[in-house]
Formats: sequence, structure tokens, C-alpha cells
Amino acid sequence: MKADPQNVLTGAHYLDGNYAIAEGAIAAGCKFFAGYPITPSTEIAERVSRRFPLIGGIFVQMEDELASMAAILGASWGGKKSMSCTSGPGFSLMMENFGLGIMLETPCVLVNVQRGGPSTGLPTLPGQADMMQARWGSHGDYEVIALAPDSPQEGFELTIHAFNLSEKYRMPVLLMTDECVGHMTEKVIIPPPEEIELIERRYTDKKPGEAWPYQENELISPMLPVGEGYKFHITGLTHDYRGYPVINAEAQAENVDRLMAKVKENVDDLTWLEEKDVEDAEVVVVSYGISSRVVQPAIAKAREEGIKVGQIKMVTVWPFPEKRIRELAGKVKALIMVEMNYGQVYLEMDRCAAGRCETYICGHAGGTVHDPGSVYSTIKDAVK
Amino acid sequence: MFDYLTYVREGNFPHIWCSGCGHGIVLKSFIRAIDKLGIHRDEAVMVSGIGCSSRTAGYVDINTLHTTHGRAIAFATGVKFANPKLHVIVVTGDGDATAIGGNHYIHAARRNIDLTVLIYNNYIYGMTGGQVSPTTPRGARASTSPFGNIEPPFNISGLASAAGASFVARGDVYHAQKLEKLITQAIQKKGFSVVEVLSPCPTAYGRRNRMASPVTLMEWLRDNCIPVKKYEKMSEEERSGKIRTGVLIDIEKPEFTEEYRKLVDSMQVRG
Ligand SMILES: Cc1ncc(C[n+]2csc(CCOP(=O)(O)OP(=O)(O)O)c2C)c(N)n1
Ligand code: SF4
Repeated sequence: MKADPQNVLTGAHYLDGNYAIAEGAIAAGCKFFAGYPITPSTEIAERVSRRFPLIGGIFVQMEDELASMAAILGASWGGKKSMSCTSGPGFSLMMENFGLGIMLETPCVLVNVQRGGPSTGLPTLPGQADMMQARWGSHGDYEVIALAPDSPQEGFELTIHAFNLSEKYRMPVLLMTDECVGHMTEKVIIPPPEEIELIERRYTDKKPGEAWPYQENELISPMLPVGEGYKFHITGLTHDYRGYPVINAEAQAENVDRLMAKVKENVDDLTWLEEKDVEDAEVVVVSYGISSRVVQPAIAKAREEGIKVGQIKMVTVWPFPEKRIRELAGKVKALIMVEMNYGQVYLEMDRCAAGRCETYICGHAGGTVHDPGSVYSTIKDAVK
Repeated sequence: MFDYLTYVREGNFPHIWCSGCGHGIVLKSFIRAIDKLGIHRDEAVMVSGIGCSSRTAGYVDINTLHTTHGRAIAFATGVKFANPKLHVIVVTGDGDATAIGGNHYIHAARRNIDLTVLIYNNYIYGMTGGQVSPTTPRGARASTSPFGNIEPPFNISGLASAAGASFVARGDVYHAQKLEKLITQAIQKKGFSVVEVLSPCPTAYGRRNRMASPVTLMEWLRDNCIPVKKYEKMSEEERSGKIRTGVLIDIEKPEFTEEYRKLVDSMQVRG
């Protein structure tokens, strides 16, 4: 389906990343937003609160992030595309109901504009240290989808992509950005609505009485609408395809395996990498979000000196592009992860490299983007 | 004879409740209320949290959404906004609504969003085996107040009234006919409406507090729940230990989803 013209501000704009994300959500057809103010994400809520009444969307400032996450799940079951945005402390509070979203298989989008942590940390300065929390922050075993935009333009585009994936895979999708992208103002081209492809919610074509919230033997079931005669039950308890609780190990295996398979069996579809000069590279710099821009001068300098450096930008961070990293590890001398933390996604890269090449982490505690000099030195170390 | 079975998911029985638990009486009163109201079963959606009380959702044959501990009201806020025409009924316990979910409870009341909240107040955390709750009376024993509770309890109804709810009632499972009426009125009310239901828990509360027999607990409700009108005529002395039941608050005030709709409409007019 194409985007609804009334939702799309086609044209060239100067927007910061947060506003661009808000516009992406609106273009994607998001009609319910619940959130709680937190720096550096608040501008998304502010923009939405202004824009939504004009397009018939619903904005509610909730009492906290626990409520925000719960409300967007409720609205999604109610039939609206929904989203919330937050930053570190709020992300922590949302984790329980993020898990509920995974368990109920509820499409929605959650944006984390990362700042420095732990705790209140650096409210106004960037970080990328919630990446493992994004992967594992709620309890239990599950898979996630997380995207990382490197610019306001990508903030717009990936928000739409996040909504599409959340509908396609019937699960919450994370947009993991950071303070730097959130507050940087750049040109954002919003295409005409007919160029914006949207994936709409799949509802059952079965009649009430014949349909269950999860169909037997189906990996991703169409949803059931609330209040239209489908007297279905859903629960965060382990359940069978009918949505009713079943408390034993067999039901647990079936339920959890399927939740994980939705992502695991579709890693190729979900993986989105942008590669540059990787073919002949002896060293590849891997990064995501703002860090993938900051590394570029360092890579250029190293290449000028004749060092064969390639770059991989991970647009999708979770699921991790395991296959590609394994492949590269067999070819290159070293893989370098550059991220604003002390090596969270690095751990995953190192695991996949499995000792077949050297791995390096170029990281720091957050608060500022990398000094390209530190990336350059890591490249030099790697080719020594 | 009223046919309850058409309204329940028989396949999910036996239910998890202990014999003598009051929660089943609330379920039956709710069923009679929606039957009397003639709410087509597609128009009512139940959202519940976690606890023995919240498990009600699994047994009623309407659209039921069983969420997380304390968050039913927040979840229901999204459901209601997405479908303002639906009757959204929240089923919760004293712990679910006023401890872990206390913030959502008062803020939903303040916003006066059109939800009907049935709080099964059994003075205890039933599901987890009888820990002290925000409504456990002073001196009562719980597994985590083995020497008697030293904290003062919340007044659940008072909390909603003070926070801005437009309808607040208190009922009990001994007076089941009256309870049905209160639930009916609460569902009919456009605005945040609460029915606090005193629903005994013989297993986790009664046994520890010399009321192990469900009959004793029912007699206690019979003797101590006093209708508002009668209560008002009683002296301070007579009121001691008695619980006021009936409609406590019933006022008209702007409802949240309706106010939001008006905002949207005014923007369309302005263009
Ligand atoms: C976040 C979280 N904390 C704790 C629990 C454990 N827990 C389940 S039910 C419950 C208490 C329920 O008490 P109440 O709401 O009064 O309902 P009742 O069982 O008495 O009907 C608790 C603490 C949980 N499920 N989730
Ligand atoms: S523990 Fe108490 S509240 Fe729970 S089912 Fe038993 S009697 Fe009812």
C-alpha cells in the first residue's frame, strides 16, 4: 500500500533527527503515540503532539514509561499503528511491557534516542550503550529487530521501515538512535506519498468463532481485530495458538521457539548492510548509527596511505548479520567495531569471527562521538 | 434460571480459584450486568492485570486481554482510544491496581477516561500466597507481615474519588444483587468509573486472620457492609469498623477521549 497523502509532508526540509522520526511515523500511518518526556527524545513527542490532531492521530502524554509502553500495545490491538519514544531510563522502565509486546505479538515501534548511561548518566549527550539492553533487556528468551539511523534522513526512512517490519513480523520493532542524530539538523527529503511503500496490518479472513489469535502451525498469524465479534483471549502467560494459558514445558517450547523463529528464519530478509570497499579489504570497520559516519574520515585517511580498509554500516543491528561477519572473518586480517560503548555489539562480532581473524573494539563511555583519530589508530594497530 | 454458561469459556474450566474465593461471585455479577445492559458481547472488551482477580479475563466469553502486573489500566487506555465506542472493562486486584499500578489508577481517574474498573479487594496478594497489600488492615497478618501489619491501608474508593473519577462505588460479594447493580451503573457511566468489590480470600487472608472458613468471611461482609444511606444516619460510634457500600461518587465531568475528539474536530474546522 502507498502512504496516505494527508500524512506526508512531501518536499525538502531542514529537520533534526527527532522531528524526522516523527514525520516518518506520521508518513507510516502511525495514529497513536503514548510517551513520557525524556531528554534527548522529547522533540519526537512534541512534534507528534502538534501534528497528530491535524491528521486524526491520538497523542497521550502518559504518567510514566511503564504506562506508555502498555498503552501503545493496547492501541495496537485496538487497530492503530502505534509508537513511543524514550531514552535510557525510560527504556529500562519499558522493558517488561516490551516483552509483553513480543509475547502477544503486537506490532508497534519503540524509539530509543540513546544518551550516556548508566542511570541518569548524560541526559544531553550521546551514547550507544543500550544496544545489549535492546537485545536482552526484557526477561526470557526472545529475538528482536533493531535498526540504527545515521542521519535525520535515515531517521525518517528507517522509522517507516520499522513500522513495516513490525507489521510484517507482527512484533515490536526498535529504532535505536542517539542524541547526536536526534539533535542534528540536516536536509531531509520527504518523497511523495506514492513513493512510500507501506505494509499494512494483516487481519484474519476467517469468521468469528473460527479464528484464533495465533493460527495453528503458522509462523506469523494474521491478527484479530478487537471488538468485532472475535471473542479472543490473549495473555502474557505461555499460551497455545488459541491464546489460552498452558503452563508446561511443551507449551513453553512451542511458544518460545515460534517467537524466535519469526526472526531467526528471516535473518536474510531483515539484514541490511551497507558495504564499501569490502571486496579487497584487509581490515573492515564495522559500525552503526552516527558512528558509521564518524569513521569515514579515518577510513579515507588510511586508504590514502594505501591501507586496504573497507566499511560496513549495519542499518539493522539486531538480528546480527552473523552470516556476513563469519564470511568476512575468513577473508580479512581484522574486523574493527566502532561504537559509543565499551564493546557491546563488538561481543557479537567477535563471537561470529570465531578466532578466524583479529577483532578490535574502538569504543568509549559515550558523551561524544568518536574522535576519528582513535578510529585511525585502531586501523593502524590492526594492520601492524 | 439465568444461563451463565453462554457467557463463559467452559473449556477453560476448572478455574484456578480456591473454593470459597469471592472472585467467582464478581464474575457472575459482571455477567448478569452485561446481560441486563444488553451489551452485545462484541461491544465489551475486558483488560486485566496479574493476580487471581485478573484471571477472570480467561473465563468470560468476550474479547479479553490479559496483560502485565499493574498495567491493565494503561493498556486499556490505548484500547479505548483506538476504539472509543467500546465498553472497556478493567479487572484488577487491590495489589494490581493500587500498589504496582497505583500511578496509572490515579492518573486515569484524573483524566476521567471512560473505563470501568472492577477492583477485587481481598486485602491481600492472593496469587503469590498472601503477602501484605496496600489495603491490608492494620494489625492483620500476612505472610510478609507475620507479626501484624503496621502500615495504614489505602481507601481504594477514596483514592479514585480524590483523583477525579466521575463514578465510584463500593460493593461486596455477599450482597451480590446490589453488586450487579453497581457494576451496571459503572458500565453505563461515561467517564472513569470504579467499583471496589470486597471479595474475600479464605486461603491467603482468612486462614491467617481467624476467618479460615468462607462462611465466616461472608458473615463478616454481611454484618459490616452498610449501605450509604444507612451509614449516613449512624453515629460516629456505630460507624466504627463498618464499611460504607453503594454509590459513593456520581458526577458529570468532561471525558478524556471525548475531549480529544473535540480537539481533533476543532483542528479540522480551522484547517
Ligand atoms: C512485575 C511483577 N511483580 C510481581 C509479580 C508477582 N505477582 C503476581 S500476582 C501478584 C499480586 C496480586 O495481588 P492482587 O492484585 O491483590 O490480586 P489477587 O491475587 O489478590 O486477586 C504479584 C505480586 C508479577 N507478576 N509481576
Ligand atoms: S488465593 Fe485467595 S484470591 Fe486467590 S483464588 Fe484462592 S481464595 Fe481467591
